[in-house]
Amino acid sequence: MFIAYGRCRSLHVRAVDWRRPRLLAGTAPLPAPQLICDLLLYDYDLLYDHEWKRTGMRVLIIEDDFETAQFLHKALRESGHVAEVAGDGESGLALARDSSFDVLIVDRMLPLLDGLSVVKTLRDEGDHTPVLILSALGQVDDRVKGLRSGGDDYLTKPYAYTELLARVEALSRRSVPEEQETRLSVADLTLDRLSHKVSRGGKAITLQPREYRLLEYLMKHAGQVVTRTMLLEKVWDYHFDPQTNVIDVHISRLRGKIDKSFDTPLLHTVRGAGYVIRDAAD
Amino acid sequence: MATVAVVAVIAVLLGWYVFPKTTDLMTRQVMETISAEADGLREQFDAGGMRRLQASIAARIRPGGTSLYYLKGPRGKKRAGNLNRMPPELLSPARAGTFIYARRSASGSRAPGQSRSTEESRHTEERLAAGVIIAVPGGSQLVVARDIDDQRQLAELVKWTIYGGFAALVVVGLGGGLLVSRQTLRRIDEVTRASQRIMAGDLAGRIPLSGSDDELDRLSHSLNAMLERIEQLMSGLREVSDNIAHDLKTPLNRLRNRAEAALRDAGNVSAYRTALEATIDEADGLMKTFNALLSIARLEAGALDDDMVPIDLGAVLHDVGELYEPLAEEAGFALNVAVAEHIWITANRQLIGQMVANLIDNAVKYSAESLPSAGSAAPLRPRDIKLSLRQLGSSAQIIVADHGPGIEAADRQRALQRFVRLEASRSRPGSGLGLSLVTAVVRLHGGSICLEDNHPGLRVVILFPDICDRLVSPDMAGGPVRGPVGAMTGEREAGYAKTAVSGDKGAVALHCPTGPANDPACAETAIHARRTS
Repeated sequence: MFIAYGRCRSLHVRAVDWRRPRLLAGTAPLPAPQLICDLLLYDYDLLYDHEWKRTGMRVLIIEDDFETAQFLHKALRESGHVAEVAGDGESGLALARDSSFDVLIVDRMLPLLDGLSVVKTLRDEGDHTPVLILSALGQVDDRVKGLRSGGDDYLTKPYAYTELLARVEALSRRSVPEEQETRLSVADLTLDRLSHKVSRGGKAITLQPREYRLLEYLMKHAGQVVTRTMLLEKVWDYHFDPQTNVIDVHISRLRGKIDKSFDTPLLHTVRGAGYVIRDAAD
Repeated sequence: MATVAVVAVIAVLLGWYVFPKTTDLMTRQVMETISAEADGLREQFDAGGMRRLQASIAARIRPGGTSLYYLKGPRGKKRAGNLNRMPPELLSPARAGTFIYARRSASGSRAPGQSRSTEESRHTEERLAAGVIIAVPGGSQLVVARDIDDQRQLAELVKWTIYGGFAALVVVGLGGGLLVSRQTLRRIDEVTRASQRIMAGDLAGRIPLSGSDDELDRLSHSLNAMLERIEQLMSGLREVSDNIAHDLKTPLNRLRNRAEAALRDAGNVSAYRTALEATIDEADGLMKTFNALLSIARLEAGALDDDMVPIDLGAVLHDVGELYEPLAEEAGFALNVAVAEHIWITANRQLIGQMVANLIDNAVKYSAESLPSAGSAAPLRPRDIKLSLRQLGSSAQIIVADHGPGIEAADRQRALQRFVRLEASRSRPGSGLGLSLVTAVVRLHGGSICLEDNHPGLRVVILFPDICDRLVSPDMAGGPVRGPVGAMTGEREAGYAKTAVSGDKGAVALHCPTGPANDPACAETAIHARRTS
């Protein structure tokens, strides 16, 4: 394991682990500092567009498997976000302390300091940055342990990238302080959280309690992709993988009530990922 | 052995201390008697002078008696007494002490200090006496003494008895201790050797019991139980590996073949895309199977005590039933949930939920497949799937009943066995491990599961023992207590965990047993399980 500190043009690069990629035996080691230099420079270009407006999230990935870290970094970049990578628990903790991120993605098994300890330490220090814990350990008690250490969400490997992206975006939305909105609306669809009344285009829609909860969650994350497992977790509070398409049928029923007799569909299916409620114009 | 040695040392020390003290005491007593006698004689002298004294002494002398006297006149001549001379031992500055004298066994003359002649040795014996020398006014000296040989002999007897007794004790103790310890050591050696044998690889071996049901036997019993468990876990592990080898290699192979085929058949982008998507689907399926296998293995391995909290089984059934209701309806079935009352047990909500979900999923899946094709002459089966919960004694009974093809009686036992899947279900999409997981969850919670014929169809009957007693319940007329169990405070009384639980409808105080599970009876095939904690 080789930790690099150094300067990269005008940027000060902090500790990064450049362990040989596990799956690519026989390849030459990558020219480390140069590579990270390029990545970081590119990231910082992307982070701020011409008007210096923040367009995406800043994500910190604490993952010791280089392949995974690189993949996540690239994928997040393509989704319009920016990621920094730390290869072990200690440098990850240092990075998290020094900079502010929108979301942390922390692998559970890390060298030097394990993921749960990193999260626990951050929480003890008063850091409330949302954390998504990645782990190969996926049993019920593992999940509970991870969430108890201070994690906000838990994803077991192997995961679909779309799942990860959806969850990360959902988490980062939470870090934006929002006043408890009592009325959610997307286009002409409105939902009143106090009276539990739903209407579209002025016409009242009657929903079953569960359908209401489903719609509420989708609208709370309007514009964001919500996966089936997220729905099962948040609306039914169960953390297992339903073997069949139970959620899909619930969604199609809901769609029947809020979209069918109206002009523009709001509830869309994102193939391979999940569902999103958004105005077609977005 | 160390104990015996300590006892021996204490005995010796005791003897060393006690014996002299006893003799001192006896000596003192004798001295007091002698002093009293001397005072008496002094009074006689004071009353009637030398003549009176001589007369008193003569009167007190008895043959074979214990009193000894010697009165020496001012010129050194013997004036009275039964001793023939002044005992030299008494001429110490203390004018008192013990001395040895000889007397004939039957009668007469006493010769202190004289060596016995051979003729007299037959009749004379040497004895111990204690005495004092008193100065008589007028230059005379009076020896007043007492024979203490009897006491001395008694003391000696006691001493040797004590020593002898203790010696015997030591010998017996050492001997006995050695014997017992050797026996115990031999048995411990046996245990050690047996366990070494087992560790070397003979997992089926057990430690032999001597049949005496003593502590060592009980220890061996516990060790054997432990070995049983280890053997169970090891065989479970082996089965998992075997299953992984078989059940994952085939899909992996399929995956590989598909990818290879895609590379081989030079195609356009969309063909590649389709192939890649299919590969991802196959990989997902693999992941599901793998996770299910892991879950089952983990569940079989042990209890999750930390996450076992009182949960409302009725709420779980309602929630999961509601989750699957649309799906069932789409397939043409009605899902009926009949919760007789709200029953709470100490369990893991996620696992119970998954268990019920698997059962409903199976029911829908197999019922749908068994639907007669259009135009067939087979009788129409009822199209409902029933989910029910009720209390049976101190157990909670959950039944999931469908009207699908059911399971043949011969296959029922096998269907529940760990990691066994009926041939028919193995090739189906999905992991096909639903029933195995259900069984694992039931076992973990100390319950039992039966597969029965629903005439037609399959009836799964699950019993969970030790339901919580409700102490105070709010009015439940408005509906079931829903939602995840909220914050809890717990206290533990003997055998019961008392917790207060808050649900949607207010607080419910529960009394949940924490003792070992009782195996309830069950109809046909049954897996009786004990809570592993």
